[in-house]
Parts: sequence; C-alpha cells; structure tokens
Amino acid sequence: MDYTQFLAMKQEIWLLIAFIFVFLLDTFMPKKDQDKVGVICCLLFGLLTLRGFCPTVLGDQLAFGGMYETSTVIVNIKNILNIGVLIVMIQGLRWSAQDMVKIRRGEFYELLLATLFGMYLMISARHFLLFVIGLETASLPLAAMVAFDKHRYESHEAAVKYVLTAVFSSAVFMMGLSYVYGLTGSLYFSNIATALTAQGSSWLLIVALAFVIAGIGFKLSLVPFHLWTADVYQGAPTPVTSYLSVISKGAAAFAFLVILWQVFGSVYSQAWEWMMYALIILTITVGNLFAIRQRNMKRFLAFSSISQAGYIMLGIEAMNPMGLSALMFYILVYIFSNLAAFGVIGAIENATGKVYMQDYNGLYKTNPRLAFTMMLAMFSLAGIPPFAGFFSKFFIFTGAINQGSIAIYVLVLIALINTIISLYYYLLVVKAMFISDEESTVAKFNSSMSERVAMWICVAGILCLGIVSCVYNHLLAIAA
Amino acid sequence: MLSNILIYFVVIPLIMLAGLALCRNIKQIRTVAVIGSLALTALSVYLLVDYLGLRAAGATAPMLYTDSWSWFPQLHINMAVGVDGISVAMLVLSSIILLTGSFASWAINPMPKEFFLWLILLSTGVFGFFISIDLFTMFMFYEVALIPMYLLIGVWGSGNKNYSAMKLTLMLMGGSAFLMLGLIGIYYHSAPEGGELTWNLLQIRENAAIDRGWQYFLFPMTFVGFGVLGAMFPFHTWSPDGHASAPTAVSMLHAGVLMKLGGYGCFRVAIYLMPEAAHDLAWIFLILTGVSVVYGAFSACVQTDLKYINAYSSVSHCGLVLFAILMLNTTAMTGAIMQMLSHGLMTALFFALIGMIYGRTHTRDIRMMGGLMKIMPFLAVCYVIAGMASLGLPGLSGFVAEMTIFVGSFEHTDMFHRVFTIVACCSIVITAVYILRVVGKLLLGPVQDEHHLALTDATWWERTATVTLIISVAAIGCFPNFFANLIKFTFSPEIFAVIGMN
Repeated sequence: MDYTQFLAMKQEIWLLIAFIFVFLLDTFMPKKDQDKVGVICCLLFGLLTLRGFCPTVLGDQLAFGGMYETSTVIVNIKNILNIGVLIVMIQGLRWSAQDMVKIRRGEFYELLLATLFGMYLMISARHFLLFVIGLETASLPLAAMVAFDKHRYESHEAAVKYVLTAVFSSAVFMMGLSYVYGLTGSLYFSNIATALTAQGSSWLLIVALAFVIAGIGFKLSLVPFHLWTADVYQGAPTPVTSYLSVISKGAAAFAFLVILWQVFGSVYSQAWEWMMYALIILTITVGNLFAIRQRNMKRFLAFSSISQAGYIMLGIEAMNPMGLSALMFYILVYIFSNLAAFGVIGAIENATGKVYMQDYNGLYKTNPRLAFTMMLAMFSLAGIPPFAGFFSKFFIFTGAINQGSIAIYVLVLIALINTIISLYYYLLVVKAMFISDEESTVAKFNSSMSERVAMWICVAGILCLGIVSCVYNHLLAIAA
Repeated sequence: MLSNILIYFVVIPLIMLAGLALCRNIKQIRTVAVIGSLALTALSVYLLVDYLGLRAAGATAPMLYTDSWSWFPQLHINMAVGVDGISVAMLVLSSIILLTGSFASWAINPMPKEFFLWLILLSTGVFGFFISIDLFTMFMFYEVALIPMYLLIGVWGSGNKNYSAMKLTLMLMGGSAFLMLGLIGIYYHSAPEGGELTWNLLQIRENAAIDRGWQYFLFPMTFVGFGVLGAMFPFHTWSPDGHASAPTAVSMLHAGVLMKLGGYGCFRVAIYLMPEAAHDLAWIFLILTGVSVVYGAFSACVQTDLKYINAYSSVSHCGLVLFAILMLNTTAMTGAIMQMLSHGLMTALFFALIGMIYGRTHTRDIRMMGGLMKIMPFLAVCYVIAGMASLGLPGLSGFVAEMTIFVGSFEHTDMFHRVFTIVACCSIVITAVYILRVVGKLLLGPVQDEHHLALTDATWWERTATVTLIISVAAIGCFPNFFANLIKFTFSPEIFAVIGMN
C-alpha cells in the first residue's frame, strides 16, 4: 500500500489530530482550568481554518483506489464549512459556560469536531460505502448534541426525533443504493456513472433515485421530508440549532450535488430533472408559507432554512460550473447570514431566556446593536442589496437560467415570487424590532465578548462578501 | 475610478452616511444633510452645464462620461456608468428634491439620525440607478432605493403605517422579482450565438441579438417590473397607501424621484433594448396606462385626505409618463421626460406643503379644515401655485409637459391611438376638478376650526424648501426649450430604434 495516499487526506487528518488533542485536553486538564477548554478549542480550530486557506499543491487527486477524492473545489467547500464551524464554536462559548452545561462542555466541542469529520468524508467520498460511513459519523454525534440540554424536556424530544429520522433516512438511502448496486454492479461513483451512461434510464433506476434523493432530502430537510426540522431546531440548544441549520445543511447540499452530478449526471434529463423541479418548488413554497405563521424564532428560522435549502438546490439543478460556484457562494453567504441571526437569538436567549418574536418588540430601543445585526441578517437572507444575500441569490438564479430551458425560467420565476413571500416574514422581525411600539420585554444587557466577536465576524461577512467581488470570482474560477 | 465625475454621485452619499453615523446631535445631522445635498446639487448642476458644453462641442455618442470598471469579470458584470441628457435631468431633479426634502424634515422626530441614514441610503440607490448603464448595478441600486422605504414609512410614518409600509415594500419588490428574471433573460440573449455576453446597455443595444420571440417574453417582464414602481394600473395600489402614510420628506422623495425610476427604467431598459416587442406590444400597456391616467384622476376627486388626493393624482400623472413613453415617437417621449421632471418637482412641492399643513393642523381631512389662506398665507399661496402647475397653467411646468405629450400622441393617426389620446386628455379636466375642489375647500371659505386661527405661517427652512421647488417648477414652465434640447438627442431613431418603426 502506498502510504503517501494519506497526504491527500490532510484536512481530515488535521481535524482528527485536533479532535484527539481536545479529547486529551478535556480529560486530563485540571478541574480549575476547565473553563479554558472552549477558548483553546476555538483558537485551535481557528488555526486549522487558516491552514485550510494555505495553498496546497495537491490539486485533484484520487486516493485509496478511487474511494476518496480531493480537489480545489472540495478543499474550498471544506474551508467554507470550517468558517461556519468556527463561528458556531465562538457563539457556543457563552452557552457552554452555563452551570448545567459546564461540566460537559469538552464533549460539546469533541462532538462538534466528530460530526465535522463525518461531513468531510461525505464530501470527499467517491464510493458509497465511505459516503455512508461519513453520513453516519455526521449524524450520530449530532443527535447527542441535540440532546445536550439534558435537563430540558424539549431537548430530549428533539433528540429522539432527530435520531429516528436520521436512522430512517439512512435506511431509505441505503435501500436506494441497493437498487443502484443491483443495476450497475458497483458502488464506486465512477463505475456507476459509466454503467449508467451505457444503459441509460430505466424505471428501476428512477425508483432507486427516488430513494436516494429522499434519503438525502431528509438530511437537507427538503419538503416533503422536512417534518422533523422545526421540532428539532426548537428543542436543540441554540448553538446546535445553528450548526444544524448551516453546516449540516451546507455539507449535505454539496454531497447531494456531487452524487447527482457525478453519479447520475448522465440521466439528468431522463430521471431526476423533474423530480428536482418538484422538490424545489415544494421546498421553497411550503417552507416560506409555514414560516409566516411561526412566532418562536427558532422555529421561524427552521422554516426559513427549509426554503433556503430550496434555493441552494437551484444550483444543483443548473448542472453547470456556474451553478456549482453559485451553490458554494450561496452556502458561504448563508452561513454568515444565518449565524448572525442565530447569534442574536442565542445572545438574547442566554441573557433573558426569551425566544419569541413578540419579545423582540422594540429591541432597537434597548439593544440597538443586536437589533441592527438581526436586521442585516434578515435583509441578507431575504436577498436585499447591498448585502451579501442579494449577490448569492442573484448568482444562483443566473446560474440556474444558464441551463437554458423554458422550464427553468418558470422555476426561477416561482423562486423569485417566493423571495417576496420570504421578504414578508423577514420584515416581520424587522418590524418587531424597529417599528412595534410595545415596551420591549428584553431589557438592556451586555452580550459577552465571545458573542460579540461572532457577531462582528458575521456582520463583516454580510457587508463584504458580495461587494468584494474576489470571493465569488475565486469560486467561479475554481469551479470552471 | 475617481477621475470620473459620475462616481461622485454615489461617493458623496456614502460619505454622508459615514458622516451621519458619527453625528451626536441634531445640529450636526442637519449640517451633514444640508452640506451633502448642496454638494450633490452643485455637482448635478455642474454636470448639466458640462454635458451641454460637450454636446454643443459635437459629442455624438449616445452616452457621455462612460466608464466601466470590472467587478465580476467571469459573469461580465461591471460597474459601468454613463449619462445622457435624460439621466442628467433626473440627477438634477433628484438632488433638488433631496435638498428640499432635507429642509422639509428639519424637525423630524424621533431618531433623526436613523431617519437621515435611511433617507440618504435611499438616495444613494436613486443616484446610483441613474448613473448606471450596467443592468446588474442598475438593478442593485434600484433595490437599494426600495428597501429603506419600509423603515422610513414604518417608523416615522402616520396613520395605517404598518400595513402601508408592508404593502408598498412587497408590491415593489414583487415588481423587481419579475424585473430580475427579465434582466437575467436579457443577459443570456445579449450577444449573438457564441458572442461574449454582456450586461452593458449600450453593448446589448449594439448587438441587437434578442430575437423577437424572446422579446415577447422579456419585454413584459421588464416593463411590468419597472411599471409597478411607475404606478401602472393595476399595480398602483401601493402608491396611495404608501404616500399617505409616509413622512413628508419620504413622500417627496418617493413620489418625486422614486416613481421616476419606474418610468426611466421602462424606456431605458424595456423599450431601448427590445424595440420590436415594444412596437408590437405597446398597445397592451397603453390600455393599462390609459386606465391609470383616468382612474387615478377620478379617484383623486372623491378622496378627502389631502395625501390620498395627491397620491392618486400621482398615479394619474405617472400613468401619463408611461402612456407618453409608449407612444414611441420623439415628441411624446420628450413630453414624458418633461412630465417626469414636472411631476417630480410639483408633487414634491405638494407633499412638502401637505406635510407642513399637517404639522400644524394635525389633520389631513379637508372637511375639517378651511380658510387657511387667512391663517397661513404663504403656505396657501404656494399650494395654489402647485395646484396650478398640476392642472397645467401655462408658465408652469405641467402645461408644457402635457402639451408636448398630447401633441406627440396625436401624431398617431390610427383610431386606437386617437381614442386613447382623447381619453387621456380628459384627465386634464378631471385634474382641474380635484385641484380646484381642494383649493376652494381648504384655502378659501370659512375657517372650520377655531383652534386653527392660532397657527403660524412657514418657518425659514420651510420657505427655503418651497421656494426652491417653485422656482424649479417655473423654470421648466418658462424655458421648456432648454430642457427639450437637453433631452432631444436621445429620442432619435438612431438611438431608439423603435421610433423609426412608426
């Protein structure tokens, strides 16, 4: 065996080293210094994130007999996830210092790194066996994280729901895989693709694809596989919710793209184009319509993130490099915008325990900075210029239309009309904070240093990512 | 980048934003707002003079001061700027209204700092829109100009403000959803097969690669998209509610400038880039805008709230702008631009005066007021002047604009155009009805409320705002040829292919 192959897995290996280091640190650190674990972990992960940006000369590379692939695009998507995880970690510092969580905070960071490792594998896998290992490695620690507030009933409920859906969706997914295996005789992405190019589409393949797409649809919470989302988001501790809504979704979306393009790319128009049309329309519309009625901020963002996933899917539907770059950019911008929103929700929850939209009434008068951050996040999610969300939406639509058919124009029009619906409920939050007259139930408070740092990062991202064009230009260059 | 004069129309508002963010008290805020908008006015007047100089010296390019800076090169998105006579006129209009708007909101309360921040952000969008010739940046600035309206109306507005703010924002953004699809579609058909795609207006026009079939799809998209902001029937319903609830300066800026974005976009993007579809489909939109003109005027007759009256009159007048543009000939289109300028100034004057009256009487219901001429003669006289401009008294701006439009419309000899021209002409009479009704009820007649006798006349900043606007309205009315010359270069068959088709 050629051991230099492991060099291709640099990012995974560094992550593993970080994981082991945090584990040892957590276990052997004297009790009185325990409060430093979180900070050390953030610093360590910050270094790891920075390292990811150092140019690697590897380029595209297959390892382990074609089971594992790394390329510039993959390295970049992992970097994007790293940035998100870093922000989540910083946001989690204050929460993990609470009395009930304090003794277990090391575990929080370990679990976080473990799921990230699973997502890395999902993204890099070029064999379905490795992919499923990655999927499970990503899901199971997440269930533990959802149940982290073990004194809270909702947290339990959410964890049970999450575990059951995760297991069920994996089963559905593997059911689909067994069909694919039966049709093509292989689980290697490249072999399946070759076999499918030769044999074309068939009813059996469509059934297989339905299962595969449903399986990943659960992870991405696409409608109609979204029913777990709101409850889990509401029940989970806020840092975990934010992790679920951005990182987990981003990784799954990218893995979805790889599977659909690389494995089933040749049967695009015969087999899954129309399935995706239906899914996208349903996801965006249902997500938006349900979000309007929500009053709990976490449930609200759950439905908003469902509809955002629909927009991300537009990048997959595009089937061209522009779609790929737009998808990466969308995920990046979505990370910053959504984490800014969760940062504010988390800060308010930590300080006052309030999570309902009416609690935000008049927030601008008591906590102008938080309200301002939240407003930026909402505008960015709604796609209002000059914030980053506008650019990501514009590019994902441009990328989709590049595909060229009349149907895609109709699809984009539906998506665009949906942005107006989404603008309505995002503006409801802005209205509560800036316009509503009622006395705010959130008194003036100072958010902690870590929360502020995380919010500053997010705000900087929202303001700069779009206008500073080099980010998207870079993504477009590597995708082409 | 900074060597181009046009970019300062965006740079100055940005500096103002930064300056406002640092302000500590109302005095500093006023100083920043006034100095900034004075600088913008000076800049736009300088641009006007310089532009005319260049044209007189024989510059024949469709746009002058063009420049382009690469932004997203792989997508061919540039920050491209350039102006012709129409954009220059619009820039002058915007800066005057921003200046007078700053004076009109001299005593805004509460949160003056935030108010001016949003107002300046809005005007950044407006100025950016008028200088852009790249569809992407144009669209971006367009949306930048729309969203501050929500907070401006929601926080500082009056009446049913939550409802109005949401309705206005959603309807305008709904329009821009169609617009976005239209623009992306134009981009993908901007060059012949295999050619380099572009967002640049001039380049797209030069390529003329959008085939008729696609034009039939993209033209309605863009026209309706911009038309929503131009208060085209049946998408005008945001306008009365929005204007009625908005604070004074916002009504001024919105009716005076922002609604012009719609008209401007309609001919600059929809008609300019897709002449064939414009020629073939104009009749559909002529019907709709014809309805706007008459319906808006009739609605204004039965309203009792001053702002609603004026908002419906805006629907009618802005409908006339789109109506004239759709006549697709040089005279009528020139008239449309004159009407934009005229309506912008005069409606800003109206809203400023209504704001000032409302600030004193605390009611806008004309049934509750009367005899204001005795109590506040200055404001009342200004109101009469605005009214006269609106119903088209010669010597003021309304007359020249409407005259040009109807003369242009009558150049069409077919039945359809004739009928619609005559129908639209009726609006002049109806306008006289509602203007004179208000003047009679509000300014003349007996005093309705004893408390009103104690009210004071205009303060110095209010006088500054109104006098500036009146001078501008009179200037257009007295020297229409100056403005017609400024505009005429653009509306020629060489530039607007559609004009040659009739």
